[in-house]
Amino acid sequence: MIYSYYPGCSLHGSAKEYNHSTKAVCEKLGVELRELPDWICCGASSGHSLNKILEIVLPAQNLKIAEKIGHDLVVPCAACYNRLKVAKNELREKEEIRKQIKDLINFDFQNNIEILNLIELIKNRIGLETIRSKVVKPLKGLKVACYYGCLLVRPPTIMDFDNPEHPMSLDEIMRVIGAEPINWSFKTECCGGSLSLSRDDIVKSLVGNIIRMAEEAGAHIIVTLCPLCMENLDIRQPNYNFPILYLTELLALAFNLKESENFITKHIVNPLPVLESLELL
Amino acid sequence: MIIINGNNLLNLVQKESGQDIQACYYCHKCVVGCPVSKYMDIPPNAILRMIQYGEKEKILKSATIWLCTACETCGTRCPNNIDIAKVMDVLKQMAVKEGVKGKEKTIQIMHKAFLAGIEKRGRMHELSLIRDLKLRSGGLFKDIKLGIKMFQLGKFSIFPEKVRNVKEIKKIFKKIRSIE
Ligand code: SF4
Ligand code: SF4
Repeated sequence: MIYSYYPGCSLHGSAKEYNHSTKAVCEKLGVELRELPDWICCGASSGHSLNKILEIVLPAQNLKIAEKIGHDLVVPCAACYNRLKVAKNELREKEEIRKQIKDLINFDFQNNIEILNLIELIKNRIGLETIRSKVVKPLKGLKVACYYGCLLVRPPTIMDFDNPEHPMSLDEIMRVIGAEPINWSFKTECCGGSLSLSRDDIVKSLVGNIIRMAEEAGAHIIVTLCPLCMENLDIRQPNYNFPILYLTELLALAFNLKESENFITKHIVNPLPVLESLELL
Repeated sequence: MIIINGNNLLNLVQKESGQDIQACYYCHKCVVGCPVSKYMDIPPNAILRMIQYGEKEKILKSATIWLCTACETCGTRCPNNIDIAKVMDVLKQMAVKEGVKGKEKTIQIMHKAFLAGIEKRGRMHELSLIRDLKLRSGGLFKDIKLGIKMFQLGKFSIFPEKVRNVKEIKKIFKKIRSIE
């Protein structure tokens, strides 16, 4: 299976462990990820906040490269996934947008590729049975709070991938690798997103609530697919020591990949004590 | 979308956002679910009402438009399918275009620094963004301990990446400026 791969800026920066674990896990699963040549930043929340043309043209430039190559596009970062899908939707729905983008970057939108987040790649393309067959070390006893955040599931008409209030797809994957997803009500609460750099007081309060809810529900760790959520939850948690890991880091542990030690040691909150106490290392 | 006696602001925001602002019947569902409504100076549904009253200056100077994280909780739940995040984007863009100096300046500065970085390199570089933001807004030594810890963990890439076609990217930004 060959896919185009859009890592996005975070995965080349503070979320390197997400990039590395995604690549390691995909390799194990026989999925070849080919990084888009000359991909550019999707604009994140700053693009759509300040300029409605930039909001579309930055992701569209990447779609242009991806459409030319022709493979479906895998996007691990929830924020990039959201921006690319929104842009694709606008291009599909609105002729005036297609025209504007054609004028700006000479891109004739073909709508010939799918954009996939990692849950979609795993569930719909690779299949949960294949995942199960690769599990060497089931994550027995590990209670996980599945944190989907905002951008993967909303707006639901465009993301169109799981229930926006009570998604379950990540929970299903957790079960397949032997972990126990807990029931909690903060699966899709906002972590404060890009306010991290400007109003960290607000982010700390939102993150505090999310962690408290996960802890009260009995979770040992929180699992996420979003590098922005990771950053906020990992570095802005007040008076907690609650480990946060990416989906791909847990998959790597369950597959017993030797590279695991390179990624799971990269977080501010060290997950090793919890994993060691459950004999998962 | 029915526009009853629409003032200029209402007409413009409805057109730009594609949202039927007058459909709001003030049920407060958006306010209750909004993660940041308690930090806002004007609740999100009141912004919709004030648009109908044409209170442009108050809206553009508010903290609310900048605090909205575009989490889309309100849009997902609104019984009248009003996507408030889209409305907030239109208002932010209006504030920038008209050079309104409102509240929450740091948020606006952050977004500007972010886009300036993309224009320069095609990609966002975290350390440069943090430096630019701190130079523009002050607070150079805030979070310094955290920064050192992140540094030790190898979280930051020291050198910025630059895409090969950065000239093209600069051209796109230039073109957009010229058509606006
Ligand atoms: S949820 Fe919708 S209808 Fe209700 S107050 Fe908010 S915007 Fe108005
Ligand atoms: S999109 Fe903005 S207004 Fe709506 S719930 Fe989220 S933060 Fe609040």
